[in-house]
Amino acid sequence: MNILFVISAVIAVFSSAMTISRRNAVHALLFMVLSFLAMSMIFYSLGAAYAAILEVIVYAGTIIMFFVFTVMFLNMSVSPEDEKMQTGWKTWVVPTLLGLLLLIGFCISFFTGAEEYIVVKQISAKEVGKLLYTKYVLGVELAGFLLLTGVVGAYYLGRENKRNVHRYLQNIEN
Amino acid sequence: MISIELQFLVAGIIFIIGLIGLMVRRNIIFMLMSMEIMMNAAGMAFLCAASQWFQADGQVMFLFILSIAATEIAIALALVILMYKHFKTVDTKKLNSIQ
Repeated sequence: MNILFVISAVIAVFSSAMTISRRNAVHALLFMVLSFLAMSMIFYSLGAAYAAILEVIVYAGTIIMFFVFTVMFLNMSVSPEDEKMQTGWKTWVVPTLLGLLLLIGFCISFFTGAEEYIVVKQISAKEVGKLLYTKYVLGVELAGFLLLTGVVGAYYLGRENKRNVHRYLQNIEN
Repeated sequence: MISIELQFLVAGIIFIIGLIGLMVRRNIIFMLMSMEIMMNAAGMAFLCAASQWFQADGQVMFLFILSIAATEIAIALALVILMYKHFKTVDTKKLNSIQ
C-alpha cells in the first residue's frame, strides 16, 4: 500500500469538503490551497512530478491569487463576528498542521530513495514535452488561442467606462 | 502499487464533492471554487490513467485542462466583479430578474 498516496488522498478529500462547507470565503480559500497541495502530492506519488510542480504553480499560485484578489475586492466579510473569527488561531491551525503533514511525507519520500513510496515509473517532463510538440501541437496552438481569448475577455470585462463629457457640461456639473 | 480503481475512486469522490458544492452553495465565489475542485479531479483522473499505462498523453491532457481552468477563472472572476458592480450582491438567487 502506498502510504503517501493514502495520506494525500485523505487530506485532499477532507480539505475539499471543508472548502465547500465554510461560511467565510477566506477560510474556504485556506482549505482550497491545502486541497491543491494534497492533489499535487497525489500526482507526485503517481510518478507525475512535472504535473505536481505545475499544479503548485498554476493552481495553488495563480488561481488562488485570483480568488484572493476577488474576495478582497468585494470585501465579503463585513460582520463583526467574521472579523473576530478571522483573527482566531482556530482558523489557520488545521490547514497548517495538515500542510506540515504533507511536507513531512514529501521530505521522507524525497530523501529516502522514494522506492517504497513511489513504485510506479516516473514520466519525465522530457517525454511530455516531446509529445506536446509533435502529436498535440494543434492542441497547444488552440490552448494559446484560448489564453489569448482569456486576456482579451478579462480586459474587456474589467475596463472602466470612460464618460465623455463636454467641457461646458463639466463646468455645469461642478 | 495503488490499484487504478482506488485512484479513480478518490478522483470521483473529489469530483462529487465539487458537484455538491456547486449545487448547494448560492455564493458565486464558492460555486467557482467548486468548479475548480471539479476540474482538478478531472485532471487527476487523466494523470491516474497516465501512470497506470506509462503514457505521457495523460499529462498532456492535464496541461490542457490547466490552461482551460486558468482562462475560465480569469473570465469568471471578471464577470463576478461586474455582477457585484451592477447588483451589489454575490448571491445568485437574487439574479432572477431580467432587466
